[in-house]
Amino acid sequence: MPIVLIVAEQQPDGALRKATLNALAAGAQLAQKAGAELHAVALGKDVAALAEQLKQHGPKVVHAASAPAFEHYLAETFAPAVAELAQSLGADYVGAASTAMGKDLIPRVAARLKAAMASDVMKFDGSGADVTFTRPMWAGNVIAEVKLGTPVKAFTVRATEFQPAPAGGAGEVRAFAPAAAPSGATRFVEFKEVKSARPELTEARVVVSGGRGTKGDFKEIEALADELGAAVGASRAVCDAGWVPNDLQVGQTGKVVAPQLYIAAGISGAIQHLAGMKGSKTIVAINKDPEAPIFQVADYGLVGDLFKVLPELRAAIKAAR
Amino acid sequence: MKILVTAKRVEDPESKIKVKPDGTGIVTEGMKYKINPFDEIAVEEGLRLIAKHQGELVVASIGGKEVQEQLRHALAMGASKAVWINHAGALDQMAIAALLQKVVEREKPDLVILGKQSIDDDQNQVGQYLAEMLGWGQATFASKAESFESEAEKNKVPALALGADGKSVRVVREVDGGLATVECQLPAVVTTDLRLNMPRYASLMGIQKAKTKPMEELAPAALGVDVAPKLTIVKVSSPPGRKAGIKVPDVATLVDKLKNEAKVI
Repeated sequence: MPIVLIVAEQQPDGALRKATLNALAAGAQLAQKAGAELHAVALGKDVAALAEQLKQHGPKVVHAASAPAFEHYLAETFAPAVAELAQSLGADYVGAASTAMGKDLIPRVAARLKAAMASDVMKFDGSGADVTFTRPMWAGNVIAEVKLGTPVKAFTVRATEFQPAPAGGAGEVRAFAPAAAPSGATRFVEFKEVKSARPELTEARVVVSGGRGTKGDFKEIEALADELGAAVGASRAVCDAGWVPNDLQVGQTGKVVAPQLYIAAGISGAIQHLAGMKGSKTIVAINKDPEAPIFQVADYGLVGDLFKVLPELRAAIKAAR
Repeated sequence: MKILVTAKRVEDPESKIKVKPDGTGIVTEGMKYKINPFDEIAVEEGLRLIAKHQGELVVASIGGKEVQEQLRHALAMGASKAVWINHAGALDQMAIAALLQKVVEREKPDLVILGKQSIDDDQNQVGQYLAEMLGWGQATFASKAESFESEAEKNKVPALALGADGKSVRVVREVDGGLATVECQLPAVVTTDLRLNMPRYASLMGIQKAKTKPMEELAPAALGVDVAPKLTIVKVSSPPGRKAGIKVPDVATLVDKLKNEAKVI
């Protein structure tokens, strides 16, 4: 039986990264279409508890590779181990969530397995060996259905497109000891957590973004975000102006987000920005200019000054909950 | 030191991308093209490293004759030599990496810097494939700890830090939840994230000089690379359109809609 192998991810604090559960759901969907069996692999200094957790979320087998060499994630130590496991299992599909680790690791694994790869997969179609991968191009302005013509196929999945795999399964945990990891040319130095009480922009259920209309004053944006437990985003214009850090940028060259609710305040809606948030489930636009292009993609538009609207909105949301 | 950077030709990020009605690709009439923004950051970082440590910056691109425009752009920014792989057809990321591997074997750079992804395919794979094919270390999503308002950025100081012996490079990577620092022995592959630097504009003098800088032409067949794509596009389509939205008169109506219609709060 063909095998789909999903690489699990351990956060620096040792916990399972939530996106892995979405990747397992995607893997289960692929396994069903390809008539395959779902396996997972976890690598880390000690992944015993992680493997016990993973086995409840769908995989038939969880391969657990605990070794000091895997304490800090590095593509050069993880990729040979994952490729070795994939080869020994005869896995046909190898994938992960398209997190920073998944994006860094899977292409390197693919190169070892001479596998073609599809990134940010949103959906699988077809059946058997003719499974196709649907993925965004041009920042989601184009959706492409692609075929991979190599014996082994690699992929990452966009976590927000798949519901997390529910608990309730009863897989088996198998220890996996890869051949001595090669001493890579790269050394882990340090990890600095960027402390924020707010969720990750790409993982948040709600995003509140500010544009040029804020004139650089993000106090109301942040207050509303905190009321909603939301992440804060920004348009390129305000990042370029140096008003907020660049990592808040939502757009084609920034982060592509697809939350349940996206609130754009004082953002006109340049193509660049729309490309990064058009996939949101519900979009609210607040802008002084009734002709702003953002209103063309917004489900609910409110014409007004954000400095008046946002405090009112915050109070009304608080009252409504 | 010698640094190799890439300069892919992509659609201008400010242009509207429309799918052709027959689903075979995108509408290209009247399209403007630019150097991939992430590659432009790679060129800038390469130039800063060369300015600090001396050496040579070589820029490579793959495509038809038109990619000479992006190579000249990188030369105008300050690269000293261009390598043009003349190939007009579709390529997948494995083939691109295999072609770049050949360029690396010919040029023998100490460091390869590429954009983390191109804004057309959005695959984010080539640097990683290339590093594995070469057996080199990789540091993807290179970023910088300081803001773009910092003195270091104003003085165009490189964010990638070479070791004292010049045999390693220290890279701050933008990852989920923070910044991870790694140190790669050279030669290595680095891919750039958006926050690494602010690319310079090409000066008029730079543009003049670029016209006479060397540009080597190579062909995939002569390099012995099979470029037949293993990834093929079955069809492309537009993302599902958004239903026409409504304008609400006030905050109370908005909150009511969000709560009772969209059910998102």
